[in-house]
Formats: sequence, C-alpha cells, structure tokens
Amino acid sequence: MMNSTITNCTIHILLALVMPPLLLGIIGKTKAKFAGRVGAPFLQPYHDIIRLLQKGSVFSTTTSWVFRAGPIVALATTAVAALLVPFGAHHSPISFNGDMILYAYLFALGRFFTMAAALDTGSSFEGMGSAREATFSCLAEPTLFFALITLSRLSGSYSLSGMLVNINLSVWIHTSAALLLLVGGMFIVLLAENCRIPFDDPNTHLELTMIHEVMVLDHSGPALGIIQYAAALKLFVLGAFFVHLALPYSTGNPLLDWGLFIISMLELAVVIGVVESVMARLRLIRIPQLLVAATILAAFSTLLVIR
Amino acid sequence: MNFTMKTFYNGTSFNRSDIPMPDNDTFFQGVLDAVTAGWRVCSYFGVPNAGGATLYCILSARAGSGTLGIVATSVGRSFPSLAIACPQMHLFEREIAEQCLVRPEGHPWFKPVRFQKPLCEGEGFWNGSDGGGLLPGVMDFYRVEGDEVHEVAVGPVHAGIIEPGHFRFQCHGEEVFHLEIALGFQHRGIERALIGGPTPRTMHQMETIAGDTTVGHGQAYCMNMESLGGIFASPRAETVRGIALELERLANHAGDLGAIAGDVGYLPTASFCGRIRGDFLNMTAMLCGSRFSRGLLRPGGIGYDCDAALAAELYTRLQSAREDLAGAVDLLWNSPSVMARLEDIGIVTETDAREIGLVGPAARACGLNRDVRRDHPFGIFRMSQIPVITATTCDVAARTLLRWLEAERSMDFIDEQVRHLPRGTYRNQMKEIAPERCAVALTEGWRGEICHVALTDSQGRFERYKIVDPSFHNWNGLGLALRNQQISDFPLCNKSFNLSYCGFDL
Repeated sequence: MMNSTITNCTIHILLALVMPPLLLGIIGKTKAKFAGRVGAPFLQPYHDIIRLLQKGSVFSTTTSWVFRAGPIVALATTAVAALLVPFGAHHSPISFNGDMILYAYLFALGRFFTMAAALDTGSSFEGMGSAREATFSCLAEPTLFFALITLSRLSGSYSLSGMLVNINLSVWIHTSAALLLLVGGMFIVLLAENCRIPFDDPNTHLELTMIHEVMVLDHSGPALGIIQYAAALKLFVLGAFFVHLALPYSTGNPLLDWGLFIISMLELAVVIGVVESVMARLRLIRIPQLLVAATILAAFSTLLVIR
Repeated sequence: MNFTMKTFYNGTSFNRSDIPMPDNDTFFQGVLDAVTAGWRVCSYFGVPNAGGATLYCILSARAGSGTLGIVATSVGRSFPSLAIACPQMHLFEREIAEQCLVRPEGHPWFKPVRFQKPLCEGEGFWNGSDGGGLLPGVMDFYRVEGDEVHEVAVGPVHAGIIEPGHFRFQCHGEEVFHLEIALGFQHRGIERALIGGPTPRTMHQMETIAGDTTVGHGQAYCMNMESLGGIFASPRAETVRGIALELERLANHAGDLGAIAGDVGYLPTASFCGRIRGDFLNMTAMLCGSRFSRGLLRPGGIGYDCDAALAAELYTRLQSAREDLAGAVDLLWNSPSVMARLEDIGIVTETDAREIGLVGPAARACGLNRDVRRDHPFGIFRMSQIPVITATTCDVAARTLLRWLEAERSMDFIDEQVRHLPRGTYRNQMKEIAPERCAVALTEGWRGEICHVALTDSQGRFERYKIVDPSFHNWNGLGLALRNQQISDFPLCNKSFNLSYCGFDL
C-alpha cells in the first residue's frame, strides 16, 4: 500500500514536471495542420524554454524586487497547485479538507504577482494588460467556485482528490445534466485562464490586443522561460481538473489509469488546438459576456444538484 | 478677376505658361468654391522662390467627365489657410510650410509633417532645442486632460516587422478618444533628389517610393516622361503594365486579407493567404524577374517582353491561384466568429471620408465611388474597364470584403488581357523631355490614387517633381476610424487600411 502511494506520488510529480510543455507542442501542431503547414516539432516548447533559461537577463532600472518576484511566485504557486489536484483516478500527493480553496487562491496569488510585476515596469501597455487580466479573472472566479460547490455536493468531500476521483460513469449517468453544464462552463474558464483563443491569442505580436502576453513583455531570459513553463504548467493543472469532469474513465489498474490520463490530456490539447483553429478571437468587450455565460452554466449545475 | 482652371486629361502635358496665375484672393476663393462644388484636391504643393513660393493646386472633377484642373498663384511669406473650410488640404498646407517656408495663416493644427529639411535656404518654423531641425515625432501632441484619461504611446519601434511610425492614443480605459499619428521616420528626401532630374537613377527611385507599389508609382512616372517626351507606349506595353498593376493589387489584397485574418487570430486564412500572395508575386517575377516588379516598367514601354508561352503560363497559374484564394477567403465569410470581429469596427462615415479626401479602397469602403482607372483612365484602362466596387458599411468588414471583390475583378481583367495580348513592339525609344512644360499623371495603385506632377525648367530638367502617395490622403482616415473605439481594435483597423509609411515620408 505504502509502495503504491510512493509510486503514484513519483509519477504524479514527474508528469507535472515533464509533460506540460508537450501540451503546447500538440496545440501548435494541431493549429499548423489546420493551417496547411508542417508546424514546429512537438518538443519545440521544451527547446524554447531551455534556450531562454540559458540566456542572460535584462532588468529595467525602474523596476524593484516585485518585478523579479513575479515569475517566481507564478511558478511556485502553480507548482503547489499541481500537487493538490489529482491526476486521473489517483489521489493527489497532498490533500486535506478545504484544499479546493487553496487551489483556487494559489492561482489568484500567482496572478496578483504577475500583475504587480507588470505594473512595476510603469509601462502603459502592461498597465492595460493588468487591468484586463484583473477584470477577466474576477469574472472567471465564480464559475470555478460554483463548480467546486457542485462537486463537493455530489461527493460529500471538501478536498479536490475526494471530489474529483469520486466522479465516475455512474455519477455521470445520474447527474448528466448538471455535469454537462459544468463541463461547458469549465471549458470556457480553462480557455480564459490559459489565455487561449477566443479570449487571448498567445501567438500575437500586437501588444495593444494582448492580455497575458503584454504583462510579461519586459521579462527576458530565464524569467521569461520560467513564465512560459509556469503557463504550460497552469494549462496542465487546470486541464487535469477539466479532464476529470469530462472523461471520468477508470480501469482499476493503476498503470493503465496513468496511461488513460496521459491520453486524455493529449486529447484535450488537440481539442484546444481545434477550437483555436476554427474560430477567431473575440472582441475584447465581448469576453465578459462569455465569462458570465460560463458562470450561469455553472450556477445552474449547482442548482440542479442542490434541489 | 475670374477664377479659371486649366483643364486637361490624365497623362497629358502642357506649357507652364498655360497655367492660370490669378491673384491670391481669386485663387483661394476659387479653390474653395471648386471643392464645395465637388472637385477634389489631388495635389497641392509649392515651388519655393526668392520671395516666397508659387502654389500649384491640382483638382479632379466629379466622376464622369474625366477632367483635371490646375491653377497656381504666387505667394509671399504667408498665405491664408483653407484647412478649416476644407480639411482635405490640411496636410498639404503643413507640407508646403515645411518645404517652402511659407506660413499658412490660421492653420488649426500647424505642425511638421515629415520633420524634413526645407527645399530652399532659410529658417524653418520648428526648431529643436539645439537650434537644428526637429527629430521625427518630437512635437506637442493633442492631449485630453482629466483624471481618468491616460495616454498610450506606440512605436516608432513596433513588436511586428513593420515600418516605423508613432501613434499617440488618448484613452479612457479601453476607449480611444483621440489618436494622433506622427510619421517622418522614413524620410529619404526623394523630392529633393529629383530636382534637376531626370537621371538614369530616377526610374529606380520611383520604383522604391513605396516598395509594395512599384508599378503604381512607376506607371505614373512613365506617363509623365512619355507625355513630356512626346512619345507613346505601345498597346502591348500598356497591356503588360496593366497586368502588372493588377498583379500588384492582387498580391497586396491577398496579403492584406491574410493579415486581417491573422490579427483576429484566425489561422487558416492567414496562412493560406500568405502563401497565395507569394503566388501572385511569383507571377510578377515571371514577367520581369523581380517579385516586386523592379525593372518591368521603363519610360517608353516595358523592360521585358511577354511572349505567348509566358502569357499562357500566366493564365494557368492565375486559374489555380484564383481557386486557392476563393477557398481561403470563403473561410472568412463562413466563420461567424470572424465576421463578428470585423463588423462595426473602425467606422469612418461617408461624410468624413469625403471631407478628408480619402482615396482608394478605404474611400470605396465608405461608399465613395472613386477610382482613377475609371474616372481618369490611363494606359490599358482607356480600352478595357474594370468595374468599380463600393461598400456601404464603412467598417473593417467593408474594407475586407472590398479587397476580395476587387481581387476578383482584377483576376477577371488579367484573364482577359493575357489571352488577347496585342502584337507589336514593347518598347519605344525615349526622347529628350520638353522644357517649360507641366505634366500630370494619376494612377490607381492598390492603395488608391497616386498623383505625380512634373514641372520642367528651360533646360528640360525637373524644377519640381511632386509625388502624392495615397497614404498621404488616408492616414487621417485611420485616426478618425479609431474615435470611440476599443484600443484593442487598433491593430485590426490599422491592418484594414494598411497604409504606407515610406510612401508618406518620401
């Protein structure tokens, strides 16, 4: 028993460390296929991050320690969140009652420091980016909490592992309406939180339209590498949460379950790539509307399970 | 004194002594009346002299008559500004002040245009702190005051690979109150270099006024040289020039459609159009060996003949490019998310567009029916017409749709022309150009109306060669398009105009 827990923890941490950039590679490849191009290799994001980590840094003289803390806090908070969320049918390395609140606010803490670092530069672009990020994350937060309420109601647990591992096919069959609404709402939040199209375009070079990218314009070298890695990790962690809801399969065999989890995550990356290929970015003033729609979806799912 | 203009047709020349020179009051009142009556200012420039400058104004009549008019007047150190009554002249007047050191009295927005050195000796109106000339972008910008108003400055160094220009936004949150554009970073002194020409180098300078409008500017220069030299380009040469002009339009329109798709994050069209633009550029390369038409147009004709095999190959390639482009662009119209992004953004009303004198696709997207190919036909367009397309919604979607519809018409045109290439010589010998003459040539480049005016001296040298790129008329349109828009929509609006920095800066 002890052995299997240690094995699971090791696999969990290894996956969280190694796999996130691969998702970005797959998204990029999917988009390239849609555009009729060959696209960058699957492992390109790893090369990019390694290249950035080997570079020197340039720091503006107008910035303070806040600017340097931004990337590190963002990575640290995301990494801790990665330990809280269960991957596949396995419990997470750390779980306790109420860890779902910590999970939600770890992201908020990381975001706060990213925004503070952006404001620290005094650039008007980065100020705009921070304002946008603050507005949109405020609107995305209720969805996540409605989702957590629904899940804890369904499972009777107040820890992420308890509530997510509890979701299986039979729960789906009994409360399919509520869970479908939840999957819809969470997918919108997944795209919004990770700055994917239709909310933000991670590949754009147009600083006036950016949300997340514009906040990190002044970071260079290793700091930028850390930011990119943290962004990939965030996609992975939120993705793992979403995959639990959308594809709650489990075989009972721990090794097969790990395989299943990895395949589910790869599928998710392909789906995100397809979404990004077939639609354009939303107009910035339309984003709140879609986020509010996500909140309504999640709120209805809560209503359905509480009634 | 009565106000009369010397009227003439596009691509002709006449004696400079035929240009009426009324006194100042008659000139300014007459020009104002003409604009009120529906004439449009194509070019308005000064030739500096010892006591001040001679101002020349070239106007275009309403569509239908094909008439152009020219009138001039001699002014001292200052002249009355018409900018308030006639906004399309405001930038021309600033340019005159900068180049000829005469002051437009009562100009509402008296600032440098290109931060260039004057064409004559003397003290400029604007000086830097060190007493020398100003550096580009160093000036007072329009400011909106208020606690919640903030200023965003973009450029001249941009995140993308584009030319330098400085944009100053006055914003309230995400909403833009005002956008001011400062250019001049690309100023190369082309007009100054042309004085005393033509030289063997002149044709190459013309081809690079705006690198993506080689044929448009080249054609205008060739027309001027031919009318000054009293020769004609053969029908065969005119046809190939027409094909090249439309290929240039196609390449740029295809590129723009892709770039607009790219700016809204719609990848498939962006990627396909980037490739298809290359197909059109390669067709141009078949004609002359250069993807940007360098060396194709020469005064008297064209530099390289187009034989039957080449024409047949061009025809085949065009068919496949047409299919590809139609497929790529259809994706745009069929994606609701793309159309939602393009509609109702960056609106310039028809009235505003008329007042500030927009030209080209930007004007036609606002419902203004103006196209030099039809209004003042030149070259092959005297024989073969291309229908003019207008849109009514005045927004980014209109400018996008218009590009596609124009591309279709251009492909129809090339289809027809390559199959009926006239026989005959492709290049006539150029002759000495006549002294004391004035030649005016208008062409419809892919961005819109290009106007070249040549004034020769008693030796048959250029005393002044004035170039007006369509971007000179249109940059103000971009500023207006941003009023009360989201600042995040700026890149998209900018792309939908896609104006030239170097064409403006000369």
